[in-house]
This record gives sequence, C-alpha cells and structure tokens, in this order.
Amino acid sequence: MMFEDWQAFIAMGGHGLYVWMAYSAAVALLIANLTGLGVERCRTRRHLQAQLRSRTEEGLDASEAP
Amino acid sequence: MTFRQFWHRLGSPKWFYQMSGPWQSAFAILAVLLLVTGMAWGLAFAPPDYQQGNSFRIIYVHVPAAILAQSVYVALGAAGVLLLVWRMKMAQLVLENLVGFGAWMTALALFSGAVWGKPTWGTWWVFDGRTTSTLVLLFLYFGLYALRRAIPAREAAGRACALLAVVGVINIPVIKYSVEWWTTLHQGATFKLTEAPAMPASMWAPLLVNVVGAYCLFAANLVAKLRTAILRQERGAAWVREWAAGEGRP
Repeated sequence: MMFEDWQAFIAMGGHGLYVWMAYSAAVALLIANLTGLGVERCRTRRHLQAQLRSRTEEGLDASEAP
Repeated sequence: MTFRQFWHRLGSPKWFYQMSGPWQSAFAILAVLLLVTGMAWGLAFAPPDYQQGNSFRIIYVHVPAAILAQSVYVALGAAGVLLLVWRMKMAQLVLENLVGFGAWMTALALFSGAVWGKPTWGTWWVFDGRTTSTLVLLFLYFGLYALRRAIPAREAAGRACALLAVVGVINIPVIKYSVEWWTTLHQGATFKLTEAPAMPASMWAPLLVNVVGAYCLFAANLVAKLRTAILRQERGAAWVREWAAGEGRP
C-alpha cells in the first residue's frame, strides 16, 4: 500500500477528484456493460419464448419452419 | 480440425452458438478478475509518478480504454472486409452489434483523458493531434450507428456500414502516430513492441493486467452480443425453437 491511511488514499495527494472521477466512470461502465449483456440475453429469450407460444396457440407445429 | 475447416465453421451462426457458450462466461469472469486486480493494484500499490504524483494512476483506466476504442474499430474494419468480399453472415452480426461497445470505450478514453489532462496539462481539452483524432473515432462510431438506422434494408445497411468501417480504419494509424507527427501535449506510447517500457515494472505490471483484462472484456462482449444476435436472426430455425422451448439455458 502506497498510502499511510484511508484519508490519504481518498485524497490522492490533492488529485483525488480526478483519479476518482476516472475510476468511477470506468467501474460504472464495466457494471453497466456486463449487466446489459445479461439483460439483453434474458429479453431475447423471453421474446423467443413468447413467439413460440403464440405459434403453438395458432396451431402451428413447432417443428415446422416458417 | 484444420484452419480452413475452423474458418468455415466460424461463418456458421449455429456452429458458433453451440461452441461459444463456455467462452462467454470464461471471458467475462476473466475480465472482471483482471480488471478488479489491475485497478486495485494501480490505485493503491503502484508507486506515484515523480512528476505527476497520483494523477498518473488514471493511466490504468485511460490506456486500456483507448486501446479497446481502437481495437474494436479495427475489428469492425476487418468485419467490413469479410462482409464486402466474402459476404460472411457472422461479419454482418459483428458490424451490427459491436458499435455501441466501441463508442462507450472511446467515450471513456476521452473522459479519462480530460480528467487526467486537467491536473497534468492544466486544461480539460486541447484540439491537438491525439485528442482530435480520438474524437474523430467517436464520430466514426456515431456515423456507423446512424448509418445502420438510416437504411431500412438490412443487407444494404450492412454493406454501407462495412464500407464506412473499412474507410475509417485510416484514422487508426493517425491516432497512433499523432504523438510523433505533431507537436502535442500528449505523452508518447507506454508500451512498444520493440523496446522495454521506460517505466519500472511496479508501474507497468498493473497496466498490463488491465490491458489483458480489457481484451477479455472485448471478447466477452463480442461472444455475448453475437450469441444474442444469432438467436434473433435464426429465430425461425428448428434448433433455436428447441432451445426456446427447452429451459432456454444461456
């Protein structure tokens, strides 16, 4: 650890504002990106399943290609 | 499996989907582990720079973001060539789905650069070679995004985007050599293939961890976005319906 205590770590020798802005943007983007991938995947799955259900209700055989 | 076979199969959405399930989670987990390690290391354990003090720690965010911003664009350019020359289906999916990720990485590179520039150069922004060419890169991403939505026919939109992606690659060497061609406030490259880094290992090691982590994030995005896009594109195919009818595991 390069810092004596937590306060020094937060202050970053007077550059705290800049350092923490850059890192929080990076972390926020990382979290948003990875959750976004998961959300998109679930949405696609639900969409496909809904489409499949409506097809079955219409009496189409699920194995029949459109 | 020969390389030729592998190449042909990579062009098949179904084969890619069935193969890539484990890749997606492996890359995502690796990306998180490496990036968290690299950032914690860079923030707390790397020594401060003798001139820049602690603001130098922004390098561990800025450089990986800038490398990805350019690498994603090069990938789009490569996909553009594959689409224009060989009409590869998967290339179109790459072109359609990676633009957002590249644009966000470029935005992060610009933002972290501005935030680093303020304490180091005394200004958030200057219109010099490196910053302007990176801003152009962001606009190229916006252009790809807009062009895709401006043309309703998917195939025509794909070809137009492919052309823009390929032509825009000219900007990548401009970004790379901008710090050598023009007088600039921006510092030179940290990593070069031909020379040992000028920084001590205690400074560049966490950067290397983050750069590798960033490429893992790129790979995780590429695989995950392609998989979702394949499901949407092939929604009529029997294998996708079987997948949706089953438990629909990721």
